[in-house]
Amino acid sequence: MSASDRGGPQARDVNRPRPSSRLQLALKDALVATAVAAALFVPLVALRTDIGAGGGLALRFRWKEAAILCGLVFLGRLALVLWTGRRGLRPSTAPGPWTDRLQQAGRLAAPAFLAVALVLPAIPGIDRYELDLGILVLTYVMLGWGLNIVVGLAGLLDLGYVAFYAVGAYSYALLAQYFGLSFWICLPLAGIFAAFWGILLGFPVLRLRGDYLAIVTLAFGEIIRVVLINWASFTGGPNGITGIPRPSFFGLPFSMAGGEGTFAGFFGLEPSVSHRVIFLYYLILGLALLTNWVTIRLRRQPLGRAWEALREDEIACRALGINVTTTKLSAFALGAMFGGFAGAFFATRQAFISPESFTFIESAIILAIVVLGGLGSQIGVAVAALVLIGGFEVFRGLEEWRMLVFGGAMVVIMVLRPRGLVGTRTPSIALGKKRTISGDLVGEGR
Amino acid sequence: MSDRGRILHPPRRVMPILEVAGLTMRFGGLTAVSAVGFAAGRGEITALIGPNGAGKTTLFNCITGFYRPSEGVIRLHKPDTEPVELQRLAGHRIARAGVARTFQNIRLFAGMTALENLLIAQHVTLMAATGWGIGAVLGLSRYPAAERAAVERAKRWLMATNLMDRADDPAGALPYGAQRRLEIARAMCTEPALLCLDEPAAGLNPRESDELARLLLDIRAQGTSILLIEHDMGVVMRISDRVVVLDHGVLIADGVPAAVRADKKVIAAYLGEDEDSVPA
Repeated sequence: MSASDRGGPQARDVNRPRPSSRLQLALKDALVATAVAAALFVPLVALRTDIGAGGGLALRFRWKEAAILCGLVFLGRLALVLWTGRRGLRPSTAPGPWTDRLQQAGRLAAPAFLAVALVLPAIPGIDRYELDLGILVLTYVMLGWGLNIVVGLAGLLDLGYVAFYAVGAYSYALLAQYFGLSFWICLPLAGIFAAFWGILLGFPVLRLRGDYLAIVTLAFGEIIRVVLINWASFTGGPNGITGIPRPSFFGLPFSMAGGEGTFAGFFGLEPSVSHRVIFLYYLILGLALLTNWVTIRLRRQPLGRAWEALREDEIACRALGINVTTTKLSAFALGAMFGGFAGAFFATRQAFISPESFTFIESAIILAIVVLGGLGSQIGVAVAALVLIGGFEVFRGLEEWRMLVFGGAMVVIMVLRPRGLVGTRTPSIALGKKRTISGDLVGEGR
Repeated sequence: MSDRGRILHPPRRVMPILEVAGLTMRFGGLTAVSAVGFAAGRGEITALIGPNGAGKTTLFNCITGFYRPSEGVIRLHKPDTEPVELQRLAGHRIARAGVARTFQNIRLFAGMTALENLLIAQHVTLMAATGWGIGAVLGLSRYPAAERAAVERAKRWLMATNLMDRADDPAGALPYGAQRRLEIARAMCTEPALLCLDEPAAGLNPRESDELARLLLDIRAQGTSILLIEHDMGVVMRISDRVVVLDHGVLIADGVPAAVRADKKVIAAYLGEDEDSVPA
C-alpha cells in the first residue's frame, strides 16, 4: 500500500499523482532499475569465457540472454511500481499477516506441525527418501533451536556453532571407536563435552560483543575443524571415521539378519531397512522436542529471562545483581550441549564423519535459519528450517539455479521482514493477556 | 527543633548507611573525583549536586561498581551486619550487597514488559529458588511459590509507581515519565538498603516531579536510604535531609539544604565566581 492509499478520501484526492505522472514515475523508476540490472548482467551474463578450439580462453557474447534479463527487470519493476506505488514494499517488523496467523493461530499451528511430525512415518506415500529428508530437516530444526538460545535469547552472535556439532559427532565416534561405548551412553557424554567446549569458548569472549564476538566464534569453529583435519593419528584426519556403530533400540540392534537378538526378530517383524530410518526419525524428533521443551521452560524462568535481559541491556543486568559471566556461560553451554546432541545423532545416522561435514557454511546455514525465523522465536525457527532445508531439496530439479532461487528468497524475506518471519516477542509472563511485543522494541543483542 | 538550630550545631549523628572516604578517581591524567569524603545517613535522603562535569556521575559509578576507584574507601553499613567495602566487590555483587541504582539515560529492558522488568530485578532470589535452573526445568522445586511471591512484590511496586495498568506493556513503549518510575520500581524490587538515583527528575514536568518527590519520600518512609543526583533544585531542597555539593571533582559543601543553599562557595560554583568573592 502506498502512503497515498492509506489516507482518507480527501487525502487521496490531494496526494494521489495523476495517472500520467504516475506512469511517468513508474517508467523512470523502472529505467533506473534496468540500468542497475544492466550494469550487473552485462559482465555476469553477457560475457562468458569458454575454452576455445586451441585450448586457450575464448570470449563468447550472450547479449540475447542479458537483454532478456534486463527486459524482465524492467517489466517487473514497472508492474510493481504501477501496482503498489513507489514506496510500496516497505520493511516491517510489525506483526504481518502471516506472523499474526502464525502466532495468533500458533496454538493451532504448533500442535499441527507436531502432529504431522509425529505421524509422518505412517502417512501413506511417505517413503525412505521423505523420511531421510524429515530427519535432515529435524536435525537443522534442533540445531536452529540450540543456536536460538545463544543468538536469539542471549543475543550473542555465534558464527562457530558448527564447532559444537563437530565436538558432539566426534565425541560419539571416538568414544565408540576407542572404548566401544554404546550410543545411549555416548549421547549425554557428547552433550557434556560440547557444553564443556562451549564454556571454554565462552570464557575468552565474555567481554567481546557484536562483530568482535562473531569473528572470535568464527575462528573457534575453524580451529576445531583444522584440529580435526590435522590430528590424523587420533581423529583419522581428512579421511574421517568410518564404521561408527548404529544406535540400538534399547539394546536391540537393527539388523537385516533378523535373528533372535535383533529388533525385527524380537518383535517378530520382517527385517527391513525402514525400521532403522523410522527409529532415527523418532530419535531426532525426540531430541528436537527436548531442545524445544527445555528452551520454552527456561524462557519462563529466571535464567531465560536473564538471557533476554542480557540481550536487552547488559549494564542494567549488572546493576540488578545478575552475574553476567555465569549467565552468558550458561547460554553458551546449553546451546553447545544441544549442538553436541545433534552432532552425536549425526554421527550415528551417517556412520561416517569427516571434517568436511563441519565447514563454516554449516554455521552460516544454521544462523540463517535462526535469523530468517526470527530471533528468539521457536515456531519461526522451525518454519525457517523446514523452508530452507526442505525447500533446498524440493528445488533439486532446478540444479544450479536453486542457489539463485534460494538467495533471492532470502533477500526478499530480509527486505520485507528484517526481523525474520516472526519478528515479534511474546512476553514470558503477564498479569492479564499476553500481548506480542513489536520487534522494533526488542533488542537484537550486540 | 527548628532547622536553624540544626545548622548551627555540628552535623547530627545519624548512623551512616554509606560512608565514602578519600575517594579519588583518575582517568589517565584527568582526575574526575579528588579525595571526596562524605556519609549518607541511614533512613535519609542525601542529594549529590553540582554543576555539569563536577564528577557526580563518576562518584556514582564508583559507588555502584561501574568504575573501580583509584583510591579511597566506600563502606556500606547495613543494619545488623558487618560493614562491606564496596570498592572491593565485583559489579554484580554490589547490587547483591544492597545498593540499587537507576541511570541518567534510562536503561530499561525495552522489549520486555514492565512486569518482566520487575521480575528480572528479583533474579537473585528467584534463581536461588530454582536450584540453579535445573530443578525448575523439571518442575521439582519450590520455584512456583517463589515466583508468586515475586509477582506480588512486583505488583506492589507497580501500584506504588502508578503503573499497574501498564504492567503488560513493553517498557520501551511507556511514556517517558512512566519509564523513569518503572526504573525506580525495578531498582526497589532488588530490596536495596541504599537506592542510588541518577537524575530521576530529568525531563519530568512539574506535576511528575511532584509525584516523584512523593514517591521518594514514601520509599524513605519504608526504610530505604536514598542517594540522588539531581539538577532540579526544587525537588532537592524539598525532600533532601542532607546535600553534598561537588565542583570540579572536589567536595565544596556538605550540610542540610538550607545551609547549603546559603553557602557562598556553592553559589559561586553554580553562578560563576564573582571577582570580589574569590577566596584568598
